[in-house]
Order: sequence, then structure tokens, then C-alpha cells
Amino acid sequence: MLRFIVRRMLQAVLALFVLSVLLFAWLRSLPGGVVSALLGERGTPESAAALRAALGLDQPLPVQYWRFLQRALEGDFGISNGVYRGQPALDVFTQRFPATIELSIFAMVLALTFAIPLGYLAARRRGGVFDTGSIVFSLVGVAVPVFFLAYVLKYIFAVQLGWLPPSGRQDVTINATHITNFYVLDGLITREWDAAWDAFKHLILPGIALSSIPFAIIFRITRAAVIDVMDEDYVRTARAKGLRQQTIRVRHIMRNALIPVVTIIGLQIGALLAGAVLTEKVFAFTGIGQALALGFELRDYPVLQVLIMMAALIYIIVNLIVDVTYAIIDPRVRT
Amino acid sequence: MTRTATTSTTTGSGSGEPLLSVRDLSVTFGRGRRAFAAVDQVSFDVRPGQTVGLVGESGCGKSVTSLAIMGLLPARGNTVTGEVMFDGQDLLRLSQEQLRERRGSELAMIFQDPLSSLNPVVPLGVQVAEVLQAHKGMKSGPASRKATELLNKVGIPDPTRRLKEYPHQLSGGMRQRALIAMALACEPRLLIADEPTTALDVTIQAQILALLRELVTESGTALIMITHDLGVVAGLCDQVNVLYGGKVVERAERHDLFSRPRHPYTGGLLASIPRLTEERGRRLNPVPGSVADNIPWEGGCAFAPRCASEVEACRSTTPELEPDRDGLGPDRLLRCHHPLEENPLDDIRTHQPEDTEGGPA
Ligand SMILES: Nc1ncnc2c1ncn2[C@@H]1O[C@H](COP(=O)(O)OP(=O)(O)OP(=O)(O)O)[C@@H](O)[C@H]1O
Ligand code: SF4
Ligand SMILES: [Mg+2]
Repeated sequence: MLRFIVRRMLQAVLALFVLSVLLFAWLRSLPGGVVSALLGERGTPESAAALRAALGLDQPLPVQYWRFLQRALEGDFGISNGVYRGQPALDVFTQRFPATIELSIFAMVLALTFAIPLGYLAARRRGGVFDTGSIVFSLVGVAVPVFFLAYVLKYIFAVQLGWLPPSGRQDVTINATHITNFYVLDGLITREWDAAWDAFKHLILPGIALSSIPFAIIFRITRAAVIDVMDEDYVRTARAKGLRQQTIRVRHIMRNALIPVVTIIGLQIGALLAGAVLTEKVFAFTGIGQALALGFELRDYPVLQVLIMMAALIYIIVNLIVDVTYAIIDPRVRT
Repeated sequence: MTRTATTSTTTGSGSGEPLLSVRDLSVTFGRGRRAFAAVDQVSFDVRPGQTVGLVGESGCGKSVTSLAIMGLLPARGNTVTGEVMFDGQDLLRLSQEQLRERRGSELAMIFQDPLSSLNPVVPLGVQVAEVLQAHKGMKSGPASRKATELLNKVGIPDPTRRLKEYPHQLSGGMRQRALIAMALACEPRLLIADEPTTALDVTIQAQILALLRELVTESGTALIMITHDLGVVAGLCDQVNVLYGGKVVERAERHDLFSRPRHPYTGGLLASIPRLTEERGRRLNPVPGSVADNIPWEGGCAFAPRCASEVEACRSTTPELEPDRDGLGPDRLLRCHHPLEENPLDDIRTHQPEDTEGGPA
């Protein structure tokens, strides 16, 4: 097991390295570039060349990359030269990323909590009203664009009914202490219960909107997996052994059915982060969505690099966790 | 594992009242016009300590019969009629919960493919111990100690280590031994073995059969042995039911069946057993045709298209299962208009087992 984890970690580091090279090369190849963005109309060829030299952009790409890598490994991703001018790029990340992560985790938990039991139930009542209804519902879940669903939810539950806040991460009147920038977590750590509760309420609507696609996909995968597994010989063996329904369900059906579900969760992380960017926009949720958009406009390389690399890092870490979970559930992949 | 059985109380032929009494068991898949009887009015008895064989080609309804007895057929899409009396109760009329309590403790089953019959993601020890936990109310500690004992008993070396392993880490023979351990964990009174050796290679087959024979004799467990291989029957069964197209076509004590097969289908099956005198892997006299040539039992004999002894009545009148008119041996039943008069293979004795233990005199 340990060897398995170490090997997967090495693979992850390698993947991250390759990604950083590609990202670096791709960003530098975008038309325009930081120099024209910074100088704007006033730029002359001379001043552009001077600026380029000052920023180290006159060096060959491999040299530039090497410098970037050295600094990045020390936690220095440079200073923002976009809207957050003067701020270290890493700070832009640490302030904004937790919002996106908090939202994504909440949406994922929401999706899993409902999709897995419902998928199981639908499979057990295959062909019944509940099953058919759930399939239609999940189809709608995949088909409706996330931002549209976000608008509808916001309109009904925030604007019309006023049950939940329409935007932001926390009410401004709450004077909350922020330690980790995960607001719910902060509230719990500092025992400011009202702050935690308020942050949680702000998560509900965007969370539901964001969970719609993973919910639908996990629901369908669970249903299909349970249907397959129920026909397996070992489930028949379990029944022949006279085990309790509960044991058959948990140990013999779900443990096997969850294998494809776990795989799908890993693959969903990318879609989840992308969906978060859209959802954040609707709910004015200050995550990385806005930072990314502005970063692209202004060719804010340091900010873009840190955001994308960190997103990739998180993607890889989550998938590593998924792989380990996978290996825990399925002994056949451990070797 | 190498103890010899005390044969005084557990004679192989079984004795006393039947433990299991199957009466007119029919299983129909589908409805209306598309209805299809996979098992058609099958009746047989199994006494304590007796080994009864259900023999026939693929598709003749052997597995469906055993699944119906165990209550393991799919919940929908089939109709089961008849009676399965076990210890004075009709298993077909028990509630799911009552049936569950008996499965694994009083009735147990071993399946054909040991790999797919084991849960790939649960350690072997848990899969053995869970039977004990479900029926004996054992906690996990004592249950896994008992599991070690059981694995030892079925001849799995180093059981403590094996308990922590997963099915894919075991050999085929070992997996089947593990399944046998699970089936015998609660000392069931009836064990159904559905082609337990088909997926294994020949030497392992022999070992598994020897193990089953030993355990069954030792504990006095009644055994229903399902197979398409009369060679297996020869080594294990006291009484044999030959099935064709969902119906019993011949029933006889093992010895009688081998020395005087009466039904042409039985004769064909006997002739198709590979013999030592023959080139390996070659079958001399397989039954011509296949189950695909079946015709329905209505208004004739389903075997007629493949039968060499066919007479006129075979295409017009359904033969009934009746005591053999020629009175060959006790309890012989036969469903045929024109039974074999002579053993088609008088050299059949060359591969008959030593008739010294376990069989009827
Ligand atoms: N769930 C099912 N639905 C419909 N038909 C079925 C089902 N299970 C079995 N059958 C049919 O019932 C017949 C008997 O099947 P069964 O599995 O009992 O054969 P078998 O004698 O065990 O053969 P084998 O030696 O291949 O295991 C077959 O024609 C099969 O197609
Ligand atoms: S009844 Fe006729 S066709 Fe059927 S097995 Fe006997 S002889 Fe052959
Ligand atoms: Mg079968």
C-alpha cells in the first residue's frame, strides 16, 4: 500500500512538472503579452525593450522557466501586474481560492449525500416510478446549464422568497474573524457560530447549483453500478449464506458498486472547478473565477500561473486521494 | 482432514424419512405465449446422509431447480409452483426472513465458478466469518477463530494468513475450498453443490470431489450433487436423477444406472464419458445433436429428435415417469416408450469406481 502511494505521488509530481512547462509556454505564446498590456498606447519599441529586460522577458524561454521554477519552489510566484498590482500573486490565491474550494466541497458533499442513496434505491426499483422519475430528474440536472440554474435558484429562493442571501460569502454586518479564509471553518474554529451559520447560508444556493451536474452523473453511475453488481454471483452467494439484508447491501453490493463511483468523483473535480467559476459570477461569490477572468484580460502572468498551477495541484491531490481510496476499496489494484 | 468416517450412523445411502422432499416443482420464465418451463414437474427426495445427483446437459434446468429450492431465483420474471418440503415445512411458502434464517445454516449451496462467487473486495476471513456471525450470533473474534479452523478443515494451508487475503490471491482450487468452508460453516443439514468442479482443472477436480465426499460422510450432511458429468456421479452419488428438458427422465441407484441404463439419453451420456482406453480429450459417443434440438414435451418426447430408439408413440404421446416395467432394481423410474434393453457399452465397468464404500450394495 505504501509503495502504491509513493509511486502515485511520484507520478503526481511528474504530472505537475509537465503541466507547469506547458502552462508556462502557453501563457508566453498568447498574443499581446504583458508588455503591451502594461505600456498600453504609450509604448515605444525602446521602452518596451527596456521593460522586457527588466522583467526578464528577453531571456530564452528555458531560462525564464528555470527562474520561475526556482522561485515557485520557494513560494514566490511573483508580484501581480494586473488588478491586484503590487500584491504577491500567492496572496491573491490564498485569499480567493478557499472560497472556491469551500463551495466545491460543499457541492460535492451535497451531490454524494443524495446521489448515492438515490442511485441505490433507483437500482433496486428498476423500471418503477421512482426509478424513471429520478432518471428524468438527473437528465434535467445534466442538461440545464449551471449558470442558468444558478439564476433560477437565486431568483426564486433569494429574490422572491427571501429565504437565503442572494450574493456574497458572508453578511457584511457580521464582523467575523478570518483565519483560513474558509468562512464556515473559520466560524467553527473561532466559535463565532452566527458567522459560521451565515457563511453556510451563503453556500446553499450556489452549492445546489454547482452540485447539479456531479449529482446527476454520480446518481447515474451509482444506479448502473448497483444494477450490475446485484446480478453478480457473489451477491447470490451472500444471499445463499443467509446474511442480513443490511450486510448484503453494504458489504457486498455497495462496496463493489462504489468502485466506479469513486473513479468518477476524481474526474468530476475539474468540471466542478470550472462550474464554480460560473456559479461564483451569479452569486458574486469572491472566489477565483473573477481573478482568473481579470488575469487573462491583463496578462497577469504571476496571478494566472499561481491560480492554474494550484488548481492543477488540487486536482492532482484529489485524484491521488481518490486513487488511494480506490485501492482501499479494491484490493486488486494495489499491486 | 484425513480422518475416516464412522460409517455406522452415516451410511452413504441415507436412511429414514426424507429430509428434503421436492414435489412437482415447476419453474416457468416469462408469461403467456412466451412462457417457458425451465423445470417441469420435478420430484425427488433426499434423505439425511444421502447424496443425490441431478445430471443432464447444459440448459436442462439443474441450476434453476437448485435455485428454486434455495429461494434464490430472481424476484421477478418467474413462477414457481409445487412443494419443497424441508424438515416438515414448505420452503416455497416461507417468508423471506424465515428463508434467510435457514439459508447458510440449515441449507447451504456451493456454486460453479469459485472466482465470481466470491466477493473480490472483501477479505476471505470476513466472507467465512460473516456466516457464523449471521447465524450463530458470534462476535467477530470468535467467528474468525472458527473461520481459521474451517479453512484448515477444508485443506487450505496457512489459514491465518489466507484469511487476510482476497479471492484474487488464491488459486482456483483454494477458492472452491473456501466456498466449501463457508457452506459448511454452520453444519447445514443439506448441501447443494451446483457443478462445483466444472471451472477447475482435472487434478483439482478430483481433490475437491474427494474433499466433498469426506466432509459429507463425516458430518452426515445430505448432498444434492449437480453435474453434467457422469464421472462425478460415479464417484459420489447414491441415487441419480437424469434430467432432460426440465423433466426427470430416469431415476436409479448409482450402481443400477451404470450397469443398466434404460433411457436412451442416459445411455448416450454414459457412452460419452471419456475413458482411459481412449485418446485424451476425445469423446467417443456423444449424444448426437444438442439441447437446441429440443421439442416441447407436449404431445411427444422432447428427446425424440436426437433419439436412436425412437418409435411411433414418441411423436404422439408424452411419456410419463413411471416405475420401470422390467423391475430392474428398486425405486427405478423411467420416462420412455422404448427403453434400452442392453447396456450400450458393456465395457462401461472399466471406468466405474470401486464400489466398496458409500454405495448401495
Ligand atoms: N433468469 C432466467 N430467465 C430466463 N430464463 C432462464 C433464467 N435462468 C435460467 N433460464 C433458462 O432456464 C433453462 C435452464 O437453465 P439452468 O441454468 O437451470 O441450466 P443448467 O442445467 O444449470 O445448465 P448448465 O449446465 O449450463 O449450468 C435454460 O434454458 C435457461 O436459459
Ligand atoms: S420416448 Fe421415444 S424418443 Fe423419447 S427417449 Fe424414449 S424412445 Fe427415445
Ligand atoms: Mg447450471
